[in-house]
Amino acid sequence: MASQIYQAVVDGILVGGVYALMAVGLTLIFGVLDIINIAQGVLVILGAYLSYSLSTRAHIDLFTGLLITIPVMFIIGVVIHWAFIRRLRGSERTSMTLLVTYAAALIIEGVLYMLYGADNVQLKASYTTSSVHLLGFYLPWIYVYGFILAVVLVLAVYLLLYRSRFGRTIRATMQDETAARLVGIDVNRVSALTFGIGVAVTAVGGMMYGATNAFNANSGYDLISRLLAIIILGGLGSIGGALAASVFMITLESVVTIWEPTWAIAVFYAALVLVLVIRPQGFFGRKEVRAQ
Amino acid sequence: MTLSRDKLPRAGGLIVLLALAIAFPWLFSNPAVTNYGVFAMIFVTVASAWNLFSGYSGYISLGHAVFYGSGAYVMGVAAKAWHLEGTAVFELLPLCALAGAVIAVPFGLVALRVRRHTFIVVTIAVFFIFQLMAFNFSFTGGSSGLSSPFLSWTQASFNLSFYDIALACAVGTIVISWLIRRSTFGLRLRAIRDDEDRARGLGVKTMRVKLSAFVISGALTSLIGAVWFYYETQVQPQTGFDPLFDLTVVLMAFLGGYGSVAGPVLGALLIEPGTLWLNSQPQLSGIAEIVLGAVFLAVVLFVPRGIIPAGGEWITKLRTRGKPAVVPAVAMTKESVPAGTPGGEK
Repeated sequence: MASQIYQAVVDGILVGGVYALMAVGLTLIFGVLDIINIAQGVLVILGAYLSYSLSTRAHIDLFTGLLITIPVMFIIGVVIHWAFIRRLRGSERTSMTLLVTYAAALIIEGVLYMLYGADNVQLKASYTTSSVHLLGFYLPWIYVYGFILAVVLVLAVYLLLYRSRFGRTIRATMQDETAARLVGIDVNRVSALTFGIGVAVTAVGGMMYGATNAFNANSGYDLISRLLAIIILGGLGSIGGALAASVFMITLESVVTIWEPTWAIAVFYAALVLVLVIRPQGFFGRKEVRAQ
Repeated sequence: MTLSRDKLPRAGGLIVLLALAIAFPWLFSNPAVTNYGVFAMIFVTVASAWNLFSGYSGYISLGHAVFYGSGAYVMGVAAKAWHLEGTAVFELLPLCALAGAVIAVPFGLVALRVRRHTFIVVTIAVFFIFQLMAFNFSFTGGSSGLSSPFLSWTQASFNLSFYDIALACAVGTIVISWLIRRSTFGLRLRAIRDDEDRARGLGVKTMRVKLSAFVISGALTSLIGAVWFYYETQVQPQTGFDPLFDLTVVLMAFLGGYGSVAGPVLGALLIEPGTLWLNSQPQLSGIAEIVLGAVFLAVVLFVPRGIIPAGGEWITKLRTRGKPAVVPAVAMTKESVPAGTPGGEK
């Protein structure tokens, strides 16, 4: 029993790292643009299908394929921002952007459904089925590789945000858009690039998700509901909160799965509701200040 | 209440519309067409019920499928437990509405503590909890769902009777929505939409007001969810708790005019037959979602305030063309509130 729990914790941390990457993208977009990107879930699935096509049609390795899918997803993100989100202004912007990204998600889902059909597929490579025996744990290689990659990328995002000039403009925009504009930051450009970066990480998330789960065009709903719970628990717009909440939640879910596999996902929502009752701004969130 | 000269044509128009709605199934008796009518009335009810909370208070709920599905399941489970059949099942409708109200209280107490994005996300989370419960409990029939009790109506009278029931629900909901909009309660709700902190500062008990509207909206949605279940004769977790349901309802309200009484009605009448038709074309599978998404994007980008407010403005513009404006130009300052802004509607 105890070893089962340890195994679940280790699995949870490894998978949690990948969720952290996807959640950081989502919370970064929120912080800079004040938008919750509902399409993030289906974009992950789009990333998974891109990897799938590259590996089945062109026989490109899953990890090598990321060199293609990451830029592609980045461009898709910038295009979505340019076409729809940039244009929204006014008092109802919050709800409008949410609905717009939801609509974008529907369109992408419909296109994926038409292209790939409703059958579940899974990404395959030599390392998706084999595992390594380490310190008494069985660790599937894909989890290990994915975790390492996720850590590297989260670190890269961190360095970009806190150690670069561009990162400083992003953080300035997150703190106060008007002030950022006043000191000469091109807020539109920062927003577009942030949206691009936030979407680009879904390429990695999608590849990892596709390699560890069977998926179809509908799977985005399951993902987005988890990701939303994670970023709200962590506190909207908080990068550190997103990291902590993903590892915590995924680990919790994987431990609960030992006893109650059908209800494990409910842990997410139950935790979300509980936390919001006690602390509406989430673990690491700032208290919402009055708009205007 | 006496009707002024302004109101007379309006009341007359409403009576004509109502007469047309009642006559509809007799004019087009083809069951395929009356089926569209029933669904249109169901969604007129849902969109109006959604609007009387979300449209008036500004709290966009993407969790109204919780009420819709719960209404359906409550009717299914209760009819099975008490061995009800035939028309006796309709006696359960008040119970279904009550169930919606009861669910809305804890749901609202948690969700309405947070605002804006977080509120929307919490409603989505609650929605997924309910879908998961419908999948996992044994009394809900798991993924195969529940079938309704047998109803011995003939094919022809089946659609007609359900049309009348759904029409009654729709008219009732529209009247409630209209009454709320012109009451102090409605004014408080719209004050919350415009500036919740200021409303609270002026003495509006915001939580109580929001929660009341949420409960009324939830009860009405559950009621029509139960009607839908009996009409469909079955419910599964993914049809009762359908993620597309909420988006469709929100789209209806936004297309017609979010926050107005007539807007959601118009939106539902335009969209529901369209989606039904798209879904009935097997060669177009997958296109329905794309079309829904594209229409949505077009609405949000080009008529963000909906057809009814935008159309009303356009008509006013046409009528006042060439004539002097009602307000003398001298009095127009930059500070004067332009007509149509949320705070400016009086």
